[in-house]
Amino acid sequence: MDTLVQIKNLSKTYESIDGKVNAIKDVTFDIYKNEFLTIIGSSGCGKSTILNILDQLDKEYQGTIEFTEDINIGYMLQEDALFEWLTVEENALLGLKILKKLNDETRKYTISLLDKYGLKDFKDKYPKSLSGGMRQRVALIRTLATKPKILLMDEPFSALDYQTRLQVSDDVYRIIKQEGMTVVMVSHDLAESISVSDRIIVLSKRPATIKNIYKIELSNKSTPIENRKAKEFAYYYDILWKDLDKNV
Amino acid sequence: MSNYKSKYKKNKRNIFLIQISIASIFFLVWEILARCKIINTFITSSPSNIVETIINLYQNQNLFYHIWVTLSETLIAFTLTLIISIIISIILYKNDIIAKIMDPYLTMLNSLPKVALGPILIIWIGANEKSIITMGILITIIVSIQTIYNGFKSTSATKIKLMRTFKASDKDIFLKLIFPQNLRIIVSTLKINTALCLVGIIMGEFLTSKAGIGYLILYGSQVFNLDLVMAGVLILIILSTLIYNFIRIIEKRLEKC
Repeated sequence: MDTLVQIKNLSKTYESIDGKVNAIKDVTFDIYKNEFLTIIGSSGCGKSTILNILDQLDKEYQGTIEFTEDINIGYMLQEDALFEWLTVEENALLGLKILKKLNDETRKYTISLLDKYGLKDFKDKYPKSLSGGMRQRVALIRTLATKPKILLMDEPFSALDYQTRLQVSDDVYRIIKQEGMTVVMVSHDLAESISVSDRIIVLSKRPATIKNIYKIELSNKSTPIENRKAKEFAYYYDILWKDLDKNV
Repeated sequence: MSNYKSKYKKNKRNIFLIQISIASIFFLVWEILARCKIINTFITSSPSNIVETIINLYQNQNLFYHIWVTLSETLIAFTLTLIISIIISIILYKNDIIAKIMDPYLTMLNSLPKVALGPILIIWIGANEKSIITMGILITIIVSIQTIYNGFKSTSATKIKLMRTFKASDKDIFLKLIFPQNLRIIVSTLKINTALCLVGIIMGEFLTSKAGIGYLILYGSQVFNLDLVMAGVLILIILSTLIYNFIRIIEKRLEKC
């Protein structure tokens, strides 16, 4: 498999009022092309910090991150963070606009994504008239419009109710696969992680270190909802749960 | 038409009718009491005298001059307040330390009755329009800064992070996120500001002026011409309502999007 990113001995400490806090310690892993990689761990263990570092939002860390090619990274946050005063189309174009990459071609591409993923009739509407799932799709398209090679997702469905969440994760998974993305997702939902991922990294409690990396091999791999029915599902759930449980 | 809808419309109309009646009855009773000499018009004036005074003012071509003086002073103070408070809010937003240092001072200044500064203004700036405008600014600026600054501060951290993921500069974040996000807060601050600004300007005109509605009222009271005082008050009521509604229209426009 082609390696896109090599992360070596990544550590992060930050100062707080109670002294130095070790958030991440000696984390080493690779990101392969076209894979869906999920990082799980208990809350507050520094999962999001790894994404922030990968996207260079956080530049104070030790260790090395090597990109094998010039890679454009997209980042999808926990909340959709749509701007209420912009229309759906303007929201979708926001990233391009700020990156100063908005031209006829990228605009056309973004609109085609909106059309393709069920937002055709909502382009001139404001976010308040969208359902939670639709908002999440707009947020995803806003990121995809910038044509990232790697998509980082920080618990992208956590703001949704369970029913919507299943549907949206199916939607998003389909879009990601169709657009041929490499994904690094952070989550604390085991079932969701197993249902979408090719590999799962389990982090320990703070300071976060890598406990295990699992390759998820499900028979008849298809959509996330279908994957939950695979016979290996319970097996992975069990070992992941035990991995996490020991840390609590 | 549904029953509910017709009931709603009827209700709305009734409320409006009652509102109009209250004002009409008030003026009518006032006028009758004045005509029957039950009240002394020398002290209370009367609606017909007020109208006459306003017509007189109009015929002497003074009416609109006085309105214009007050209105222009208000607009200048209002505009300057807006610009200054946005600039100061940006400075405070950008510099957390300065904001923390300034906080108790802003609270202190906010609770100070600004009219107490009037004599100081006249000595420092002079008995002229500048003092009046400064008074208008002083009355509004602290509240204005506090509201706008708090609005800036309450900008969602996730939205700021989102902007950072697109490598947005501080300028982008301000112009594309913080400012539009707070436009409504700014406009509703404007609504309060216009009323407050007018208060400041009238206070300023009471302290020192050669023209304006405040001047008319003060002059009227000095020569014991209550018709003129009441006419001034009435014009002021109309003026402030007009300004208030003008801002309301802008606000409504914004809400539509």
